[in-house]
Amino acid sequence: MGRRKPPHQATRSTMATTLEPQQQTAAVELIGITKSFPGVLANDRISLAVRRGEVHCLLGENGAGKSTLMSILSGMVRPDEGAIRIDGREVEISSPRRALELGIAMVYQHTTLVPTLTVLENLMLGTGDGVRLNARRSRERLAELAGALGVDIDPGATTGALSLGQQQQIEIIKALWRGSRVLILDEPTSMLTPQGVEELAKVLVRLKAQGLAVVFITHKLHETIAMGDRVSVLRGGRLVGAIEPEELRAAGSEELHERIVNLMFRGDADEAEEVAELQEQVEGRRTRRSLPADPQLELDRVSVAPQPGEIGLHDVSLEIRPGEIFGIAGVDGNGQRELAEVIAGQRPLAAGEILFGGLSIGRLKVAQREKLGLRYVTDDRLGEGTVSALSVGLNLVLKQIGHPPFWQRGRIRHGEIEATGRRLIDEYEIKAGGPGTRIGTLSGGNTQKVVLARELSFDPKLAVYNKPTYGLDIKTTQAVRERIRLQAEEGVTSVVISTDLEELLDLCDRIAVLSRGRLTGVVENGPAAAGQVAELMVGRIAA
Amino acid sequence: MTETTTAAAEIQSSPTAALAEPRARQLGVGADFLLRSVLPLVLAVGTGAIVLVAIGVDPIQYYKDIYSGGIQFGAWQDSVMRMAPLLLMAVGLIVVFRAGIWNLGMDGQFLFAGAIVSGTAPLLEHHLPNTLNLIVMFLLAGAVGAAWTIVPAVLKARYELNEIITTLMMTFIGINLAQVLVKGPFQDPTTTTPQTRTLDFRALLPSIPGTRIHVGIFVAAFAALLVWFLMSRTSFGLRLQVLGASVRAARHMGLDVPRLIIGSFLISGLFVGLAAAAEILGIWGYQRADYNPAFGLWVVPLVFLARLHPIGVVPYVFLLAAVSIGGDYAAQNANLTPRFTLLLVGLTLLYMALSEWLARRRELGGSYLPGVAARRRRAVARA
Amino acid sequence: MIVLASVFSEGSLAALLGGALIAGVPLLFASLGELVSQRSGVLNIGLEGMMLMGAYAGFVAAYYGGNEWYGFGGGMAAGAAVALIMVLFCVTWGLDQIVVGIAITLACEGATALIFDAEFAESRPTLGSADRLSIPGLSDIPVVGGRDTSDGSLFSQPLVVYLGLVLVAVVAWILHRTHLGLNIRAAGDKPAALDAAGVSVTATRAAGTLFAGAMAGLGGAYLSIVSAGLFQDTVVGGRGFIAIVLAMLARGRPMWAVTGSVLFGVSLSLADWLQINNINISTDFVFMLPFLLVLLVLVVFGRRAYLPAALALPYVRGAR
Repeated sequence: MGRRKPPHQATRSTMATTLEPQQQTAAVELIGITKSFPGVLANDRISLAVRRGEVHCLLGENGAGKSTLMSILSGMVRPDEGAIRIDGREVEISSPRRALELGIAMVYQHTTLVPTLTVLENLMLGTGDGVRLNARRSRERLAELAGALGVDIDPGATTGALSLGQQQQIEIIKALWRGSRVLILDEPTSMLTPQGVEELAKVLVRLKAQGLAVVFITHKLHETIAMGDRVSVLRGGRLVGAIEPEELRAAGSEELHERIVNLMFRGDADEAEEVAELQEQVEGRRTRRSLPADPQLELDRVSVAPQPGEIGLHDVSLEIRPGEIFGIAGVDGNGQRELAEVIAGQRPLAAGEILFGGLSIGRLKVAQREKLGLRYVTDDRLGEGTVSALSVGLNLVLKQIGHPPFWQRGRIRHGEIEATGRRLIDEYEIKAGGPGTRIGTLSGGNTQKVVLARELSFDPKLAVYNKPTYGLDIKTTQAVRERIRLQAEEGVTSVVISTDLEELLDLCDRIAVLSRGRLTGVVENGPAAAGQVAELMVGRIAA
Repeated sequence: MTETTTAAAEIQSSPTAALAEPRARQLGVGADFLLRSVLPLVLAVGTGAIVLVAIGVDPIQYYKDIYSGGIQFGAWQDSVMRMAPLLLMAVGLIVVFRAGIWNLGMDGQFLFAGAIVSGTAPLLEHHLPNTLNLIVMFLLAGAVGAAWTIVPAVLKARYELNEIITTLMMTFIGINLAQVLVKGPFQDPTTTTPQTRTLDFRALLPSIPGTRIHVGIFVAAFAALLVWFLMSRTSFGLRLQVLGASVRAARHMGLDVPRLIIGSFLISGLFVGLAAAAEILGIWGYQRADYNPAFGLWVVPLVFLARLHPIGVVPYVFLLAAVSIGGDYAAQNANLTPRFTLLLVGLTLLYMALSEWLARRRELGGSYLPGVAARRRRAVARA
Repeated sequence: MIVLASVFSEGSLAALLGGALIAGVPLLFASLGELVSQRSGVLNIGLEGMMLMGAYAGFVAAYYGGNEWYGFGGGMAAGAAVALIMVLFCVTWGLDQIVVGIAITLACEGATALIFDAEFAESRPTLGSADRLSIPGLSDIPVVGGRDTSDGSLFSQPLVVYLGLVLVAVVAWILHRTHLGLNIRAAGDKPAALDAAGVSVTATRAAGTLFAGAMAGLGGAYLSIVSAGLFQDTVVGGRGFIAIVLAMLARGRPMWAVTGSVLFGVSLSLADWLQINNINISTDFVFMLPFLLVLLVLVVFGRRAYLPAALALPYVRGAR
């Protein structure tokens, strides 16, 4: 604790030596990194180099092995095979502490700041000499670093109360604080507003100028093209391609787009075809649909009191027609969960009214709304949507506890539950041994299918999907979206909440934007929708 | 999952989180049973022997004395009688533990219900027929035990106030209030010892013909069967299990979480109250002010060893009863304190935790903490 | 009037204060330790056992060493030794803290009674009363001074009491002004952040738990050496659990642990005081007053107790 010498001089000294970044040895070199987990080969002989003064984009779908590779680099995970060189010297990164000593800092997608501590306390955590905290000196340093990055931060603010964009800025400052020379940003834009992304881009330019090496993990192509100097593409745990800086600068945006998509999907014709098919379907559907005029779900100036660390919901009014797929766009943590839960009845209405088929349901309990045909597919499928110790069969009827035909006079009827389990496992193509299999042993995708099967089986009228494809592989994602579409065609009114704008453009009839707990606008889906939604997302956001 | 700040954070350890369901698939039922349930006992007995040797007592003789004092020569009848309150308390604990709630206030519930029973039974003794008096007393004890859980139950259900604090506080209040009652309104005027009036011998629980064993054991056995049925066959049992797995899941499934919390608390208090009635009306006939058998913590290891199974806990309860009855005899013979039994119980619990850890480390069985296993799987899935 | 005069006489009130300190100080030690361990994310339910072990070891060390300081040292060492089990099982291996805590308490109750019985069953030795330090000047003040009363008062207490009060300030300072304190708070609220900052969560929590053990041991030693002057298996008598409740209610603030301990100390000593003064209120009733008070506050205000987010959760690197 604090016995280490403060390495913050390093930042300035490296600045002097970055005149010709391309000529130096790489800041970090990974050679033949292999890592397997039970049942998964997460990294398969990956080699790549990260240089100073460069933003190195690491691209790949979920499960391509990006996170594992970076966990290895940051000392959280040890590789099975392979070597790591820093400044040409072979090193072993045995712990996060060792990684920090080597000048490698990781900025996670979910912040690792302690929410109950102040900004300054978070920055002082694990750094500095001696026993006592030196608040005065630390305050000065914070001002200095914040100035260098062009950001404004209150050192005394409680971290948990700050916006995610600000928290990320603190994370970056924290890395510089420790004199890190290699900065790994894990999906840094996934939680940010478009404006926040712009600010991040500016910060990255300054970081490059200071001679830092930045690894930028993402699966968004346009960010790669806008901010990256060099691109490496991972797929199925392997490095499948790289684009050098010269190429990146020379090529046009369209060309690059195509090239990267090719790299990411190469060798999987099926999937490419599926994607193409999907595109056609959507095009066809958008024009075809006509909907009844009377709303199925109405929200009238709905407000929800925020729980600690949340934004809450303020004056949200909506009208959704039967069979419509209504999208909710916005950055994570802007009131999405509050909206989903207030419709489902999992949290109390602070003000306003919810009408379902003309009936006021704002005061009804979860089970009563369920009976009316309201369904909620939660985004927390492990902690909330399923009970891992119970079988798939029981999980499929968890919202029917006590009701016939699965229970008769309070007593369980295993035969009925098993039969229904078998039917749904077939229908939803769930890969499970049978209804008796413990759901905790299933993969994320199959767990999500169980949740969908439960919510959509017992005569639904309205379904709220909260991030329905979050963390799923491409195939399951397609299957889930297909299922949502199918249900809508059968007349189920759908609310799809997603942080993935492309998903919403793919699925929805209309898209609303939720920002800081307020609805900032509703857009009809169409060719101009993407731009309009993006506008709305920027519109009334402070930072 | 979104990050939340922690102003109102709650302890996330729960009795169900402390205990994974046995994963017989990988280990085989027999090996699983040996590793998780028998090994801790064997190790505890072994360590106990070492301690005995260290203080100059012959462990073989000591354990022999436990056997002869707890089982042989009709002593098993005393052990069976001791089983009645222990089993009732174990069953009560199983109900709350299944719901993921720590009721650590059993001693207060037990003593307070006991004081009420031993105070009122002698008063009604001459006004009611014996059987009716006993039934009324059992009902009263159950009601009092249940009532003593209401404050923690409501505070948890309404304000999510941690039940470890509140049940511990209620237990202190209950113990002291029992003493106030015994020394005050219920004090036997014919003696200076602080104790209640003594119930007439004939007004106590009748014995099973041909034995000394009082019929309290039937109450306990019936309770175990009832809870087993409740847990495995009814919707209530499944609801409790969902609540025990995750409060958020229970809310999501539309379960009435506050009602389940209060209900499981009341049921557990009820059984603890019945335990007090069985002990007072079966054995003592009165309650002394300094009476506190502290059965509460003893029972915790048992229900864990039995993995929260109301029938599976029966042999462990018998074992503990025999060890505690025989332990008194053995301690007397060896000129030692009877509290040696506590050491054995504590060691068993420690070794149980240890064997769970061993099982997890070797990836033989499931994790001791399902939460950790799930998180580990998630970590792998994210990779 | 005559009765009242004697009740509120100097000596009588001084006895009340002195008794409050004798009863409250062990609670203060134990709850201060528990508070730190809870802040670091370890809910130490084994506190009662650690106090018992401290009471026994402290008594033995003071008895054979012939000096109470051996006793306090021995008590702290024994408490910390028991806490080591907690560290191994719960911090290093991540086993359930409540189960292990209960096991520790049970095992210590058995072990101390057994060892004491084996060694002292016949002799049942006692210690002389502990030396008090009367602060010059202040200890001559009526009531709060207590130079000449049997139990002392505010300004006439064994040195270890003053050291304990100093320790409260030191703990508050450490928690808020030092790196160690920052680490402890982070370990309880978000261990992953501490780990990512390159500080060992295990070491930080181990430090917190060992501190709790040592303080519980000191509290136990105080009970057997100063309060009772002898060891018996009921010497701790549930005070460990009271201290756990106090630490939880203190919500991480050392001054609240002091306030709570004093409140309990006063009520414990009030019981004796009433008896001595022939006021006929049941002592048991007075004992439960503080708990009733706290429960009443909780019921009326319905507030949630703040507890560290990661309390009682084992830390596994890489798991979220």
